[in-house]
Amino acid sequence: MSHRKRRRQSRASHSDVTPADDVKLLPVSVETHAVIEPGHTYGSVTDKISAIVLTRKTSRGWIFGFAVSFALMMAFMYATAYLLAKGIGIWGTTIPVGWAFPIVNFVWWIGIGHAGTLISAVLLLLHQDWRTSINRFAEAMTLFAVSCAGLFPLLHMGRPWVFYWMLPYPNTMDLWPNFRSPLVWDVFAVMTYFTVSSLFWYMGLIPDLATLRDRSKNWLSRIIYGMLAMGWRGSAAHWQRYQTAYLLMAGIATPLVVSVHSIVGMDFAASIVPGWHTTFSPPFFVTGAIFSGFAMVMTLMIPLRSIYGLQDFVTMRHLDNMGKVILATGSIMFYGYASELFFAYYSGNEYERFVTINRVLGPYGWSYWALIACNVITPQLLWCDSLRNNLVVLFVVSLIVNVGMWLERFIIVVVSLHRDFLPSSWRIYQPTIWDYTHLIGSVGLFLTLLFLFVRFLPVISIFELRELVRETDAEA
Amino acid sequence: MDVIPPAERLYGLLAEFDVAEAVVDAAHQAHAAGYRQMNAYTPFPVEGLSAALGQRPTRLPWVVLIGGVLGGVTAYATMSYASIVSYPLNVGGRPLNSWPSFIPITFELTILGAAFGAFFGMLALNGLPHPHHPLFNVPAFSLATRDRFFLCIQSRDPRFELEQTRAFLQGMSLHVHEVQP
Repeated sequence: MSHRKRRRQSRASHSDVTPADDVKLLPVSVETHAVIEPGHTYGSVTDKISAIVLTRKTSRGWIFGFAVSFALMMAFMYATAYLLAKGIGIWGTTIPVGWAFPIVNFVWWIGIGHAGTLISAVLLLLHQDWRTSINRFAEAMTLFAVSCAGLFPLLHMGRPWVFYWMLPYPNTMDLWPNFRSPLVWDVFAVMTYFTVSSLFWYMGLIPDLATLRDRSKNWLSRIIYGMLAMGWRGSAAHWQRYQTAYLLMAGIATPLVVSVHSIVGMDFAASIVPGWHTTFSPPFFVTGAIFSGFAMVMTLMIPLRSIYGLQDFVTMRHLDNMGKVILATGSIMFYGYASELFFAYYSGNEYERFVTINRVLGPYGWSYWALIACNVITPQLLWCDSLRNNLVVLFVVSLIVNVGMWLERFIIVVVSLHRDFLPSSWRIYQPTIWDYTHLIGSVGLFLTLLFLFVRFLPVISIFELRELVRETDAEA
Repeated sequence: MDVIPPAERLYGLLAEFDVAEAVVDAAHQAHAAGYRQMNAYTPFPVEGLSAALGQRPTRLPWVVLIGGVLGGVTAYATMSYASIVSYPLNVGGRPLNSWPSFIPITFELTILGAAFGAFFGMLALNGLPHPHHPLFNVPAFSLATRDRFFLCIQSRDPRFELEQTRAFLQGMSLHVHEVQP
């Protein structure tokens, strides 16, 4: 039975039978949660969400959180200034481990970004109505995560000021980028991803910006939101083109997500390094991205919905479904780890076998076991309905998954590099304080942008919630 | 209102509704009555409204297709020109026309071109940005982004006749507002 049907039944039973029968009829399961709590009208969803931006006083918690994030962002700026002045030798990155924290962070952040597009585009194409309450926030998360990710390939260059040499433009040297390198593909992938996600996000915002323009009492915000809304009037002709554009954007964003992280995966897969040169890298990276991205949405959504009182819109059903996606992708990750082990053995290649043994039992063995604990064992808790409906469990699991996914990128990047073909080129990698500053500072940058977003833009898509109200009314 | 301004000085008449079905119904009736210069304004997309108003399906998908094709062709052509014609280099012993390596960028730029087509095509066809519009002169119109539905018959419609049109709209709506130009 489809979700929709089942929900309709539970809804019907609410209205037709007495409360006592109701309890008996409804199985105690998550299916009884609606995607939006009953009793909302177009007006109430509009007012409730626009109030967060327009009338609600900026809370102390917001100011405190913003201050902390901003301070961390300043640490990032400081570390970057020092990096530009001194050179990349301030990091622990050396030979043979030429790629370390910056690339680990890059892949981690861009992976986190993927859930946003997945929620807004893929779930739209699949007609999943539970995407409505979380898509705006997830898309914003994508943008900010990609902003963090995009910095690392730039900063990681020895000479970042000539980054524009990676772009094809006619120049007096008659030189072009080498289009055979996955690092040049990355430039195009990440820039396209950032641009398309921004457009997609902004397009989704236009009707809501018009709502804020019409609701705001203050002339400055009316002018700013009015400019941003570009004169949106919600006419039938506008909506028709808008919906077509939105659907087409979703259709092109879906292959984009898959391709972007596949290209990131090819940075490794196109090399000859044992442990990197695996054909399953692209789908494996994409799965990991979904896994970590959903975990990050969950980490941020659980506090957000309780702080801003959004439990009516982001219900347990959303969190439950996200938990299921984490469980599903986590199981694919498990399959990935298992096939890594199997194919290393099956290849009969001594370097591949050694790399795998080194991952499991070598000097970084702790990170492998921590990875298994975080990414394989922890998500299995989500098989249990009661745990998947427990906010504390979900929150802790999502945090652990984020850590696990960072470790996974660390293992792929660093542990494969530090011991490969030539034993004379083996070396232990030791991150420095600047590696950590850039990692933690990038979290600060991400949170700073997120705090600003929560304060100045609607965290939930208002017009799509109105549509949802209409649909649920029609069903009832 | 005591003084009724002459019809040609108005932008049109704006009827207000409180449910989506009512505005679709009104659009059908207005179309049947012969009105063509009209549009409906809703807080969210209402299925069937555009068809009821007699609007044609959008040409936007063609814009997106053209954008995507342009993006992809430009990408592949640039890479081929750069790697084969302009400055052929032996990088890692790979052939000059390394077409499999050119696919990822071709793909990405196809997507980028299509996305530009979708976003800017939507804005252009909708005539946005257009921050000022006569409809914004009606105070109640701010509810079009909250919970009210509107149908506006413009005065440039040949069938527009202030009193008759007003009576026609009044029959089915909550209020009828005059829209000053």
